This record gives sequence, C-alpha cells and structure tokens, in this order.
Amino acid sequence: MKVARGEFWAGRTLLVVLMAFTILPFISIFMTALHPSGTVPNGLQWPADPQWINFVTAWNQAEMPKLLASSIYIVIAVVPVALVISTMAGYAIGLLRIPGSRALLSLFVFGLTLPFAGFIIPIYFLERAMGIYNTRLAIVLPLIALYMPFAVFWMRAHFVNMPAEISEAARVDGATTWDLFWRIHVPLAQAPIASLGILMSIWTWNQFLLCLVLVEDPTQRTMAGALGAFQGHYANDVPLLCAGTILILVPTLVVFVLFQRQIIAALLQGAVKG
Amino acid sequence: MTIPTPTQTTVTPDNRHRAADAFRRIFRPRKIRREGLVGWLFVLPALLMYVVFVIVPFLSTIQYSFFKWNGVSPAVWVGLKNYATIFQAPNLIGTVVNAFWLVVWFSFIPVGLGLVVASVIHRVATGRLGSVSRTVLFLPQVIPLVAAGIIWGWLLALPGLVNQILKTFGLGALARAWLGDFDTALPAVGVVGIWVLLGFCIVLLLTGVSKVDPALYESARIDGAGWFREFVAVTIPLLRYEIGVCLTVTVVAALAAFDIIWVTTAGGPGSSTSVPGVQIYILGFTQRAIGPASALAVMLMALVVLVIIPIQYLTKEIKQ
Repeated sequence: MKVARGEFWAGRTLLVVLMAFTILPFISIFMTALHPSGTVPNGLQWPADPQWINFVTAWNQAEMPKLLASSIYIVIAVVPVALVISTMAGYAIGLLRIPGSRALLSLFVFGLTLPFAGFIIPIYFLERAMGIYNTRLAIVLPLIALYMPFAVFWMRAHFVNMPAEISEAARVDGATTWDLFWRIHVPLAQAPIASLGILMSIWTWNQFLLCLVLVEDPTQRTMAGALGAFQGHYANDVPLLCAGTILILVPTLVVFVLFQRQIIAALLQGAVKG
Repeated sequence: MTIPTPTQTTVTPDNRHRAADAFRRIFRPRKIRREGLVGWLFVLPALLMYVVFVIVPFLSTIQYSFFKWNGVSPAVWVGLKNYATIFQAPNLIGTVVNAFWLVVWFSFIPVGLGLVVASVIHRVATGRLGSVSRTVLFLPQVIPLVAAGIIWGWLLALPGLVNQILKTFGLGALARAWLGDFDTALPAVGVVGIWVLLGFCIVLLLTGVSKVDPALYESARIDGAGWFREFVAVTIPLLRYEIGVCLTVTVVAALAAFDIIWVTTAGGPGSSTSVPGVQIYILGFTQRAIGPASALAVMLMALVVLVIIPIQYLTKEIKQ
C-alpha cells in the first residue's frame, strides 16, 4: 500500500502518543513507589535513593500471601463449576433442543442486560438469611450465577453449530446422553471452553463491588476487592499505595503478557457475542 | 446478539440436524420426551443458580422499591413514593444526568477516537509497530478497574503527573486537584474511562477493518480519495456492526459505572460525579434507605435496557 510520507509520519506519531498515554501512568506509579514512604513526590521523578523496601513493606502490610491464596481459592471455586454447569446448559439448549429451549435462552439473555448494582441489595439480604455473608462463599455463589447469562449464551453458540450426526453414531452404540456429553461433545468444545475460562478468571480476579458489599474482611476477598481496602488504609502514604497497587497488578500483567493472544481474542469474541 | 431463526427449508449440512430433529419428533415421540427430561436435568444446575442469585434478587429489587424499609424493622408499603423521592432530590436524579455525561466520555470519545486510530493503524502501521501498539493499548482493559482508579487518582492529584506535565509546558496556571474541583471532576473521571476503554475499541474495530475487502480500499485510492474521504465513505459504513458492539459495551460501562468512580471520587465533590451505581450503594448500605435505593436500581436497569435496545436493533438490521 502506498501512503503519502506526511500521512505516514502523522499516523505513526499519533500511535506513539497514544501508547505513551497508556504506558505513562504505569511508569508514574512505579517511580512514585520507589520514593521514601510518607513523602509526596512529583508525578514523574526518579528518586535519589530508590526505596525497594517499599515493596516488601506493602507485601507484608497488605498480607499479600493471604490475598493471593484467597483470590486463587475464589477463582478455583468459581471457574470450573461455572464452566461445567454452563456447558451442560448450553449443550441442552443448543444441541439437544429440549422443549422450552427458546424461552430458556431468552431468560438467560435477559440477564445480560442487568447491571449488577441493580440487584446487589437483595443479594445482601439473601446471604444474611443463608448465613454465608462475610465468607468466601458469599462471593463464589453469586459470581457463578452472574456468569450464567453470558456463559450459557457463549456455549450455546458453539453447540448450536454442531451437527447432530456426531451423537447419532454413538447413540446407536448405546451411549447415554450423559456419556455423549462428556466423551464426545466436551472434548470437541475445548476451544470455546478455554476462552470462556480465561474470561471468567479475569472477571473474577478483578471483581470489586461484590467483595465490597458482601465480605468485610479484605483477606477473604479477591485481589481487586482487597486493593479497595488497601487504598482506604494508605490514602496518605502515596509511595506505599503505589507499591501495593503494583504488587496487585503484577500477576495480571504477567498472565496478560504470556497469554495476550488468547486473552485479546477471548475478550473480543466475548464482546461480539454478548 | 443474533439468534438464528430456522427458516430455511432445503437440507444443507448446516441444518441437517434440524431435519433429523423433525424426523425424530414425528417418528419417535416417546424417545424425545425422555431426552427432553434428561435435557432439562442438564440445564437445571445453571438455571437454579441463575434464578436464586439473579432473577429472584431482580424481582425483589422491584418489590423493595415500593416499600419504606431500613433492613431491620418491618417494611411499610409506600406505593410510588420512593420514585417521587428520586425525581425530587437533585442529588439523586442528578446521578442519571451524570451517567449520560459519562456516556460521552466512556463511549462516544473512545469509539470515535478508536475508529480514527484503527484506520490509521490499518493504513500506516501494519507491521511491528501495529502489533506492538495493539498489545500496549489493550493493557488497561485487563487490569482491575479499581487499580485504574487508584493509578489515576494519583496522576490527577495536585502533585501528580498531569499537573507536572502542564507545568513543563508553561501551563502551570491550569494545575489543580482535578478530581476535587466541581468543574473538572466529571471530565477527569471521564479521562480514566477513555484510558480503560480506548484500547478495547481500537482492537475490536481493527478486526473489523481487516475484514473489509481490500479491493474497496484500493478502488477508493484509485479514485483519489485521501484518508478522510476513505474514512467516511468506506470505513465507517462497513464497520457499523463493530461500532454497534463497541457502543453497547461502552455505554453499559458508562451507565453501570461503579469501581472507577468509587475509588477516585466516591461521587464527590458534592454529588458532581455521583452515578446511579454509587448512589445505590450509599443509599442502601450506608443510609439504610432500601426503598429509594431499590427504586434507583430499577431505574438504572430500565435505563440500560432502553439504551441498549436501539443499538442492538441497529446492529441486527445491518447483519441481515
């Protein structure tokens, strides 16, 4: 493609400016995190004497090992269960076409439009009544349910395109619907299941409002939820707050760099389908 | 969202299973009934979770919105009084106005700018710079919104990076605590939204641009169209579906915003950045005014549906 030279450089400059806009905030908090705790440095200034110890202090004060364990616990409790039950539902609605499939699909799709803040108050009272308020279960159960509209819709989109002959052959051999599902259809659905798993893991890790409302103890929350509490404690100590934020960002950034292709693809497909 | 409707009548590999379905329905009624039953067992766990933690709370919100209740003492039926309260209190109905202002920042700017950048990347940076910029610009989309809020809370503070840059360019007179100023707090929060959502829009629109038949761009260029003509005549019309998706995602992000605002301003100063999500939290969990909080929640949910439906309708039209 031939493009005029002026336009070429104007376009490239625009790109570089936008990348700077994206990256500078990260550099700023990194430099700030290295200033002595309790001081108020400038936004972008390399410290005379970098205080790497701030990361250790933040690690200990934020009880980072507990936070990591809690976040991993919640992801492990939410994602596999949500994957299994949404895949089963998508299979029944998309491939088995059970009676009432259309109504069921509409019911799930309806949930896609509901903002979570809209029904958080009844969830709070429900969990108090169930006696799970302020436990990790208080985050896990509603999260699984919250993912259902998207997850079922996503898996149904896969199963609706699967030809029925695949099951027909095995059915003749006497396999039950349950066998067919696990031995044939789940292995064939690996790609959409993996993308959905990535999406739900990121959403769980980043969940904030749910943690804020349903769990008072920050060490029982997810990373993002704990970060909110951390901010409350260190509002006046900017370097430590920045150090804590970086520690909480590192796992996400590492995972993103490692799996960027899959993550970008999954998030885009998620938006297009949702 | 597109839900295919089974209208074809010819048997193609795509709809052969539908024919098989029909066959089974006619000739083996007993079998299908049993399969239906087993099928419902497959849906049951997902349905149960969804009904208990989404549908029932959704209905409860509507119910609560007609009562005066503090969460402890018995609830008293008050009819539509909670809705009247919301419309009469400037700080409550103002949250809806603010939400619409946020749409400009969270949605119109990222989608508009995203379109320009996507077409620029497509034209001048197809190589290494293009793929690097894709990754970099996408970065804010994967970090927690809370972290984005904390980062920008510091950047926009009085000694923060934004004011430092202004001073370097001799614009020190403009420096201020951006999030603490009644005039600038909402645009400042809006900039955080741009930072988070711009990359997402660019990358999504870029996939749309790359699907456009290159011959169209070729012929536009042969006709002597410059970047702008090509942008208006080729890129925008052919990307209407992707634009619709971007608009849907970002408009919902604006109307249902909570994390970024809670962390940066908590709705302040005054209620200049307060949005429905934040106000529902304050009413419901700090002031224990469950009735008005639920009424506002119902309004928020209705608002999202009302705004999304036209966008969805437009994108669907285009696909057919």
